[in-house]
Amino acid sequence: MRLEYFQMVDRVTMLDLTQRRIAADCQVPDQSPVFEGHFPGYPILPGVLMIETMAQTGGWLVLALHRLTRMPFLMQVEKAKMRSFVAPGTALKVEAAIEHDGSGYAVVKASIAAAGKKVADAEIRYGVVPFPNDTLKAAMLDTARRVALPEDLLHGA
Amino acid sequence: MATTYETVSGIISDTCDIEPEKITPESHAINDLGIDSLDFLDVAFAIDKAFGIKMPLEQWTQDVNAGKVSTDEYFVLKNLCANIDKLVAEKAA
Repeated sequence: MRLEYFQMVDRVTMLDLTQRRIAADCQVPDQSPVFEGHFPGYPILPGVLMIETMAQTGGWLVLALHRLTRMPFLMQVEKAKMRSFVAPGTALKVEAAIEHDGSGYAVVKASIAAAGKKVADAEIRYGVVPFPNDTLKAAMLDTARRVALPEDLLHGA
Repeated sequence: MATTYETVSGIISDTCDIEPEKITPESHAINDLGIDSLDFLDVAFAIDKAFGIKMPLEQWTQDVNAGKVSTDEYFVLKNLCANIDKLVAEKAA
């Protein structure tokens, strides 16, 4: 994870387009400017970044289902629960599953676990629209390769 | 068993915090009830779940933008309910 660049997902470890599920590894860095302010003398991962981590993981699932032809934008977060503090250096396992694939929107249920214990969960809703420009699309394709999304999904995108 | 209109008006009332007596079959979801796009996302999700359908919102939006139909066709509740009934019937066929 590179928190200050909003790079939350390190690697997609499981993607099942039939079951419409995804899992990802996200390694909280030992050090980040974020921890200087959150909080001085007691660094923990901000809850909003846990939500962002779930949103990005679910977002990769939505992107994969659309074979990277459409972009999910975060629209709504429901029932978000931050259940435990997450310290610098923690290895996170993130899972997400499609709750509903609507017309122009998608709903995902996502959770984060650390050392086998759930530390956060939420229901996340996205507006799913064509890419607004080629720059974003190219960046998402590059990032898809970085997080190891299956290469065959990238062809034809 | 609740009618389509009863289900839809109940969803709108619950989701958008609108008093039930303000909702009628002639109400326009946007112009009369003031439902914005984010609230309508909640409504659409609840309707999709309740009826087991996928309302083709993108197609409807394209139809409106292309001038093929007015927003009344999809946003006046009695018309919305008729469209939902059509989608349910198509799914059952």
